[in-house]
Amino acid sequence: MLRKLQRVYQLRCTWSRTSIVPRRFFADVNDLNRIKFEEDFSSSHIETTRFQKFLLAVGSAAVSLLDPMRADMIAVMGETAGDTAIKYMLQKMQSDNEGQEILRNRPRINSRTVDLEKLRQMPDGTLGRTYIKFLDSNKVTPDSRLPVQFVDDIELAYVIQRYREVHDLFHTILGMPTNMLGEVTVKWVEAIQTRLPMCVGGALFGPLRLYPKQRQKYVKYYLPWAIETGTNCKFLMNVFYEHRWEQPIKELHKELHIKALQVPKS
Amino acid sequence: MACTRKILEVIKRKLIPNYGKQRFHTISKTFAEVNQEEASSKETHFGFETVKETEKAEKVYSVFETVASKYDAMNDAMSFGIHRIWKDIFIQRLSPTANTHLLDVAGGTGDIAFRFLKYLNVAGNLSGSVTVCDINNVMLDVGRSRAEKLGINGKQISWLQGDAENLPVDDASFSAYTIAFGIRNVTHIDKVLEEAYRVLRPGGRFMCLEFSQLNNRMLQWMYDQYSFQVIPVMGQLIAGQWKPYQYLVESIRQFPNQEDFKYMVEDAGFRHVSYENLSFGVVAIHSGFKL
Repeated sequence: MLRKLQRVYQLRCTWSRTSIVPRRFFADVNDLNRIKFEEDFSSSHIETTRFQKFLLAVGSAAVSLLDPMRADMIAVMGETAGDTAIKYMLQKMQSDNEGQEILRNRPRINSRTVDLEKLRQMPDGTLGRTYIKFLDSNKVTPDSRLPVQFVDDIELAYVIQRYREVHDLFHTILGMPTNMLGEVTVKWVEAIQTRLPMCVGGALFGPLRLYPKQRQKYVKYYLPWAIETGTNCKFLMNVFYEHRWEQPIKELHKELHIKALQVPKS
Repeated sequence: MACTRKILEVIKRKLIPNYGKQRFHTISKTFAEVNQEEASSKETHFGFETVKETEKAEKVYSVFETVASKYDAMNDAMSFGIHRIWKDIFIQRLSPTANTHLLDVAGGTGDIAFRFLKYLNVAGNLSGSVTVCDINNVMLDVGRSRAEKLGINGKQISWLQGDAENLPVDDASFSAYTIAFGIRNVTHIDKVLEEAYRVLRPGGRFMCLEFSQLNNRMLQWMYDQYSFQVIPVMGQLIAGQWKPYQYLVESIRQFPNQEDFKYMVEDAGFRHVSYENLSFGVVAIHSGFKL
């Protein structure tokens, strides 16, 4: 026993005498996240002139309309056409405590940063469990989000990267599936909250591709609910989802002023 | 005669390995090491980037692997379809006959080979044979599936994977050698030209179609603006890739101009070397004969 204590004492002394280098292991995990994002950003960033950004914005808008399956074009349109909107989102995040925390820490959501197995073990009704159920039933993965390429400022680049990665969480909280109807509804909420041209375009042109029955439901139930939720609920980008995996969804709804949509079965 | 040959064989097989092995090996090893060091420290250009010579081939391979599936669509978009006319003129300048055995190097998706066969297959008379050689298997796969779709007879066309600097082909086995839009991607242009000289029969013709420099400064400026501003954007919109097309426009600027390339072809041993500009010099056809 004495030997064990002596050993512990020795270790404590050596640790306190060590240099800065091993102390990095105890450094804030969030600092590493910040630095990791800077590395990712510099490896995926592409220099573009204003003319090229303009061409990309117009071209990606056209291609997204013609072929909505081109997710990369929708992403490029979000980056290039949305400069004012991204600045607005950054300003809204900077004026909120939780938003500031997100900007400081720069968390990422992908299969390496989020323990999906742990989420599966969580009790039903929590955010984590509902999110993983959403991913599994719609067969989507959090790794499918492209890195930001055409935004030059790193703060703005992080905002748009965060927007892409929490899109699935928006689906989860709003209870919308990934079919055309669900996507259009989420786009309406996002358009009202974020003001991104890509979301506005999706919200206005998306319904043109709905089947007649879906369109009726859309006009009667989904659209009014989406507009009401978008205007009344709290700014969804300001929610630090990674700290709220155990929070029950109902409680989260109350906090964010969201009323779940009830569609009467006809 | 036969006994001297046998003695030489014995010397080669038994005496040198057993007697001189150690010394031979250490000497050759040091030479190889020195050569490797020189080669690995030598640098070349990859677009406007500077890379080690040993890395360039890999990087070019991955560029073409990435763009293979949208290669033809992008060619049409970037040149507004004019690349078809350039290739048609190229084959007309070659003027192949039924006896021409063509080796199309860096032929990838088969544009030149198909045009060659079409030129000869007049009035349903099937003639001519072409071997398409490319270092990149993905591009060859695209070419093979295009050939199937066009219903081209397998006897007339064969697909070979190989490096233009070191062709897996015997000496003097072809009567025509073409390389279209491929030579600017190689690491050592002079080696490719030497290999071309080696595999051609005497009387054989070397032809190269490649991007070149315009003779008019104003037009060159407009071409530069179009290349650097628009083409990578097109690559992103159509193929979802920016960097391969940035490499494309940069590699065009790094390639020697018409006169310099003509001297390089002459250095490799070709005679009666000439060039013809198409589209004000956007592309040039260089031609030389092994005499």
